[in-house]
Amino acid sequence: MAAQIVAICIFVIMFGLVITEKIEKHITTLVCGAAVMLLVFGFFGGWNFHTMWEVLSFEPLATLEFWWSGLAHEGGGHAGGIDWGTIIFLAGMMIMVEGMARVGFFRWLCLTLAKLVRYRVMPIFLVFMVMSAFLAMFIDSITVILFLAAVTIELAHLLKFNPVPMIMAEIFCANLGGSATMCGDPPNIIIGNALHLTFFDFLMNTGLIALIAVVFIIVYFYFCFRKVYRTAGKNVDISTMPDPASVITDKTGFIVSTIIFLATVVLLVTHSMTHLSVAAIGTFTAIVTLLANLKHAKHLLKLVDYKTLLFFVGLFVVVAGLEETGVLELISNLIQSICGNNYLLMIAIIIWVSGVASAFVDNIPFAATMVPVIQKLAGGIDINVLAYSLAMGTDIGGSATPIGASANVVGISVASKEGYPIGWGQYCKYMAPATVIVMAISMLTVWFRYGLI
Amino acid sequence: MEQQLVISVGREFGSGGHLIAETLAKRFDLPLYDYNLLAEITAGKDIDVSQLKKYDEAPRIRFFHRTVKGHSSSPAVNIAQMQFDFIRKKAEAGESFVIVGRCAEEILRGHPALVSIFILGDHDAKLDRIRRLYNLTTEDAESLMQNTNRKRKNYHNHYCKTKWGDSRNYELSINSSRIGYDETTDIIEDYIRHRFPEL
Repeated sequence: MAAQIVAICIFVIMFGLVITEKIEKHITTLVCGAAVMLLVFGFFGGWNFHTMWEVLSFEPLATLEFWWSGLAHEGGGHAGGIDWGTIIFLAGMMIMVEGMARVGFFRWLCLTLAKLVRYRVMPIFLVFMVMSAFLAMFIDSITVILFLAAVTIELAHLLKFNPVPMIMAEIFCANLGGSATMCGDPPNIIIGNALHLTFFDFLMNTGLIALIAVVFIIVYFYFCFRKVYRTAGKNVDISTMPDPASVITDKTGFIVSTIIFLATVVLLVTHSMTHLSVAAIGTFTAIVTLLANLKHAKHLLKLVDYKTLLFFVGLFVVVAGLEETGVLELISNLIQSICGNNYLLMIAIIIWVSGVASAFVDNIPFAATMVPVIQKLAGGIDINVLAYSLAMGTDIGGSATPIGASANVVGISVASKEGYPIGWGQYCKYMAPATVIVMAISMLTVWFRYGLI
Repeated sequence: MEQQLVISVGREFGSGGHLIAETLAKRFDLPLYDYNLLAEITAGKDIDVSQLKKYDEAPRIRFFHRTVKGHSSSPAVNIAQMQFDFIRKKAEAGESFVIVGRCAEEILRGHPALVSIFILGDHDAKLDRIRRLYNLTTEDAESLMQNTNRKRKNYHNHYCKTKWGDSRNYELSINSSRIGYDETTDIIEDYIRHRFPEL
């Protein structure tokens, strides 16, 4: 009981400190993780060194199954504690993305698409939404928005249009695209790794929901902003527009980076057949990128966001403290007692509660906490259905407010620094209804698709 | 080469700090950056400055904003950073100017051409000035003074390691209520001319 209370207190303190940003997030989670080790598993848990060792999860790193899981779907999934698979995969993708950014890949792609639609503002608006969703399926949404928002502002200055609605639509589509795949959004990697789901599993389930939703959302944003963009950008000499090829800083590097990116996509799509784990794919991608950029390898390694990776390490330990002391079981029992065998209600609760929570707090700790909860809830209902519901709720809910997801923060920041501030009112006016639409689509799709109605 | 001069003027609301900064700018024939800084930054771009002004020298509201990889969702933070970058670039480019507020004494700390000044005032004198300038009752003037000074303090202390108005952060900290605005300006001018005899 004392261990349970201490685990809850540490979790609440961690969440509070993460929200207030008084201390850097990774320091908060690492210190709280250390406190869980010493207090929950140590002082109040009878110095249970076996559990401590299990939570650190070093042992699986040396096993073949960690890298090549020929027994996928038969294994029990990630057992709790630090999910090194997620962390290694994220690190690998960070290196790949930095390699692509170095050679100008993202700016080239944005400008090429703008050129393809002959720099007409409304088609740029529609194409950038689709591109944002597509890229975010494979690349972290922060990077997608960082480049897309910057190019949008550059084009806005040249074509004389207001970039704010376009940036907001891009942010929403990046979060939506991220929900479509296992590697699109960190909660999906955590959920997928823990439950041994594959990239293809996500693509065929959350991917389908995202596909339906993106059609609705493009129509929604079109009607919201058609007056802003229909007449914008007329009478502009397109010969003065920047040449996409001019933004490529290293032609050979560009070709190599594109090949590495496509190879990574193929490896991810086929990993249910090759049985390569996401950790193996992340490691492969990182090594190939570093070898291809040997001269810049040191620089690329410096650009890796180690703080985020350390944040994950501490977070997994704190969540393990809740799991091992049975706190998460109490939460799952509470949901079970509310829903009983009413799985419609259970899905609705998972989607909307995780959605609303993710709109205000970081969705990564929320997803990490909820994974063991849905594992305990499964029984009368397929766990994968709960997993996809959790993924959609956490991924999409974050779009509703300026602080809900990392892409929102980065997009708003890029716009504000260029003189286009986006306040809560303006943001929520368009994004909150869009979020409600997609969450409703997600709930209905899950209900109908998995035979709950 | 002409001596570069950057005068940063921090001020309490009602102390006449802005008026003193204006006079100094005229006497040294320098451009003055204050509320016009945003217009200066966005010149040539199709940007509505009135949208930016509501975030000018505004403190960040905790809990309503998040930071990701150094990017903040707070427009106030981003606009402040935009102004800080602009001030830094101007100073690094060797330009001379007078800057009012905007944490300039901290942003440009260590710059050889910087003279940092803080203008304070007696409570009653400040209140009287605010009442006359804005045609307010004493209660309203008191309330406006307290609110504005609280905002300036919060804004400054959020971005700076040092405290707003702490005399240790400025070369000169002077009470404008004692000898009047013109005389206060004379003393500051005299100090600057002693510091930079080339001027």
